[in-house]
Amino acid sequence: MIPAAFQYSKAGSVKEAVAQLREAGPEAKVIAGGQSLIPLLRLRLSQPSHLVDVNGVRELDYVHPEGDLLRVGAMTRHSTMARSQLVQRHLPLLAEMAAQVGDPQIRARGTLGGVIAHADAAGDYPTLAVMLDATIVTDRRRVAARDFFQHLFTTVLAEDELVCEVVFPMAPGPHRYLKFRRRLYDWAIVGAAVQKLDSGWRVGLTHVGPSAVRAAAVEARLQAGATFQEAAAAAADGLEPPSDVRASADYRRHLARVLTRRALEQAA
Amino acid sequence: MGQTLRVTVNGEARSDEVEPRLLLVHYLRETCGLTGTHVGCDTSQCGACTVLLDGAAVKSCNMLALQADGAEITTIEGLAPEGGLHPLQTAFWENHGLQCGYCTPGFIMAAAALLAENHDPSDEEIGRGLEGNLCRCTGYVNIRKAVKAAAQAMREGAAAPIGG
Repeated sequence: MIPAAFQYSKAGSVKEAVAQLREAGPEAKVIAGGQSLIPLLRLRLSQPSHLVDVNGVRELDYVHPEGDLLRVGAMTRHSTMARSQLVQRHLPLLAEMAAQVGDPQIRARGTLGGVIAHADAAGDYPTLAVMLDATIVTDRRRVAARDFFQHLFTTVLAEDELVCEVVFPMAPGPHRYLKFRRRLYDWAIVGAAVQKLDSGWRVGLTHVGPSAVRAAAVEARLQAGATFQEAAAAAADGLEPPSDVRASADYRRHLARVLTRRALEQAA
Repeated sequence: MGQTLRVTVNGEARSDEVEPRLLLVHYLRETCGLTGTHVGCDTSQCGACTVLLDGAAVKSCNMLALQADGAEITTIEGLAPEGGLHPLQTAFWENHGLQCGYCTPGFIMAAAALLAENHDPSDEEIGRGLEGNLCRCTGYVNIRKAVKAAAQAMREGAAAPIGG
């Protein structure tokens, strides 16, 4: 289908993007990689009055190690993160996730900031950001990832606010991200991410609720010396997963437990 | 309503007035008349619309034409030298890497991007590299064969035969 008509402007900097959003009013949207937004436009599920294109904002395309943190610019594309030696060295789980987003064509366009701002329940990076206590940096403030994602497709972002960067802790230790999906390029029906830090394991789950979940019960059991199997049995505790054409809520709970166990076994 | 799009398509510099909502695939097909790029699923899944944007394979149904401003685009029509075939085209022909042929331009463009990065892909790497493209006829076996044959031909620097 053909999208409904909209105005379009290009921003060359963060400042320009925010100014254009402000001027265009509350029905304006940012377009980054567009790999989720353009399908929504074509289905007319989204009908913005104006698109502010941030693909020309080169200042947001970077990977910067800084102390024990890895700062990644919002316009860094999946394919860049998957290949980046800095990401592979300091946060290989991010590279592993990036290499599993969509397909090569999607990865050539889609961006970190786009996934974060879109806040799809099946998005992969929100899981990493929440489980590692990352910080989302916008043009005006810093927000802890656990406070940033509010609900399905809903974040704390103001209408004229732009995601600029995600600050992750460096984590070079054992890690794994497993997505269960029917076809390679699909969204995860459920995903499980695990990362060993000096302080213990971090475990995150994708698409088991409206937003990414940190599996605190699994982490606590591992901390207390449980086996992977025993710990992973707690992965679905407290979850209220959605039921849809791909999976029932019960099946998602099952997947959460199985994928968490497999991810722990494969990471260690 | 129109905005100016300046883009190089298959080596030809163009300037066109386009509506912001015009998708790149419709620009290529309707404005440029390059109908080798196909619209398959219209939901960004099938990859029939794959073109090269500054060398990277992208789905042209999943981009606004205006987002290609300043870029170099290669479509299936621009892949081969004048009057000849690209080694991928020859290999798809010789290995029967198609049946109905609708998905073929997208497969060839995606494979071109894959082979630009990986001169000797394994079966698994070909599978991963082409996971953004769907074929409903072949079962992929001959497509994989064709990509392997093209990779070999390109490594050996074989000249593309004229016509096939």
